Amino acid sequence: MLKLSRYVLYDILRNKIVIAYTLFLFIVSFSMFRMEENSSKAILSLLNIVLIVLPLISLIFTTIHYYNSYEFIELMLSQPLSRTRILLSEFGGVCISLLSAFWIGVGVPVLLFSADDTGFALLFTGTALTIVFTSIAFLASVRSKDKARGIGFALLLWFYFALIYDGLVLLILFAFSDYPMEKFTLLLSALNPIDLGRIFIMLKMDISALMGYTGALYKDFFGSGKGVLFTTVIMLLWAAIPLWLAVKSFRKKDM
Amino acid sequence: MIRIEHINKKFRRLQALDDISANFDKGQVISLIGPNGSGKTTLIKSILGMVKPDGGKIFVKDQPVNGDPAYRKDIGYMPQIGRYPDNMKVGQLFEMMKKIRNVTEKEIDNNLVLQFNIPAIYEKPMRTLSGGTRQKVSAALAFLFNPAILILDEPTAGLDPLSSEILKDKIISEKKKNKLILITSHVLSDLEELTTHIMYLQEGKMQFLKDLGTLQEETGEIKLSKAIAKVMRGYETDNKWIDQIFLAEKKDERIY
Repeated sequence: MLKLSRYVLYDILRNKIVIAYTLFLFIVSFSMFRMEENSSKAILSLLNIVLIVLPLISLIFTTIHYYNSYEFIELMLSQPLSRTRILLSEFGGVCISLLSAFWIGVGVPVLLFSADDTGFALLFTGTALTIVFTSIAFLASVRSKDKARGIGFALLLWFYFALIYDGLVLLILFAFSDYPMEKFTLLLSALNPIDLGRIFIMLKMDISALMGYTGALYKDFFGSGKGVLFTTVIMLLWAAIPLWLAVKSFRKKDM
Repeated sequence: MIRIEHINKKFRRLQALDDISANFDKGQVISLIGPNGSGKTTLIKSILGMVKPDGGKIFVKDQPVNGDPAYRKDIGYMPQIGRYPDNMKVGQLFEMMKKIRNVTEKEIDNNLVLQFNIPAIYEKPMRTLSGGTRQKVSAALAFLFNPAILILDEPTAGLDPLSSEILKDKIISEKKKNKLILITSHVLSDLEELTTHIMYLQEGKMQFLKDLGTLQEETGEIKLSKAIAKVMRGYETDNKWIDQIFLAEKKDERIY
């Protein structure tokens, strides 16, 4: 499998977008740490970038890459290789390149300026979100034959996870504010990887004290080993299920 | 070597393949001919497992096509339009293919690579190549692993006359090695020197699969294009296509 991923990587690493993405992340993180006196404030600003930009870039880059390597996939299909292996190699190649961009761009500054619990939580969330949204993007692009539709669908998913979902949650919380909703909101957070990542990092910071009773309940849950395990498992599911569905429909697809 | 049993394929409303059965053996050169959109490429892609038929079975060397992909190591495929990753260099492409197949240098057939002088462009990225050069790369890749079955989709389209001759000579020499070769082409004069059997497709249906001798005998024509034209008039189907072929051939004569 790695044999193929290596050539996918060769192709991507010569791509200027990935280099620009790495530089962008690096400059932003570096200047955040330089400007803010308090490194946890810098982490908070970085958090917003990680939660908004990372999923967006992962989705768009993966979708475009998939359609651009359609020919390559066709070529591989005429070789003695199974379809599962071809798609997983593509996934591996894209994931590794996006992850290295993140680790160089955000990982290095974080390790330099704020190598503590919060810093590692940020790196963990960023890594998980990159893998999750690459996997979702593969599902979106395998399912739609048309490039414009695939990219549009990926954008729509980003809007949903990054913006619309929060609005929906707020709506539900307002509508049922008379009932005890703490456990329920915990469940809701698991249904959106971006929210899950946000809560996971926020609770490692001091500001979680400002979040009242729900915050206390969250802190109790996410602060424990159980919470870390919960986050990891949910993130894994978010990465594995779309990828599995993508492989399943790729195996039946006509090229 | 290739056995096709009652395969069907529908793309939305279009019946691309309609109950096709055939048997291809080694030593044969099968010409797949038919108008555009008659299902030739779909048939080839079904054999390669790129298109999944709705019904029916295909066996390559008695192995079913939809199972283990290992059967494809016996097939060399040259696509109609060879498209490759933009940033990959030609040398890398060849290196990658060799790694995928896991073969030793001895088993590799470098003949076409050398004749087309491909090592000279090893350092060029694929996106900078012209259409004809890409065709040469595709052809060299199809023959590279000395496969028992060769599937060539419009092999001479886009090649200059010299390269086209080189490729034809290569096909003839492979035919002598008792391989099975499947060719689609619209240039019947190109097929004339190569083919042993003709398979005619139209609107997804197989009109006939005959060997060249029978076809010539039945029609009383030696020239392939005329023989096919005569048969097709008998079938009273799309005669226009045949007329276009004649026109095209006359144009060819004018050019050379």
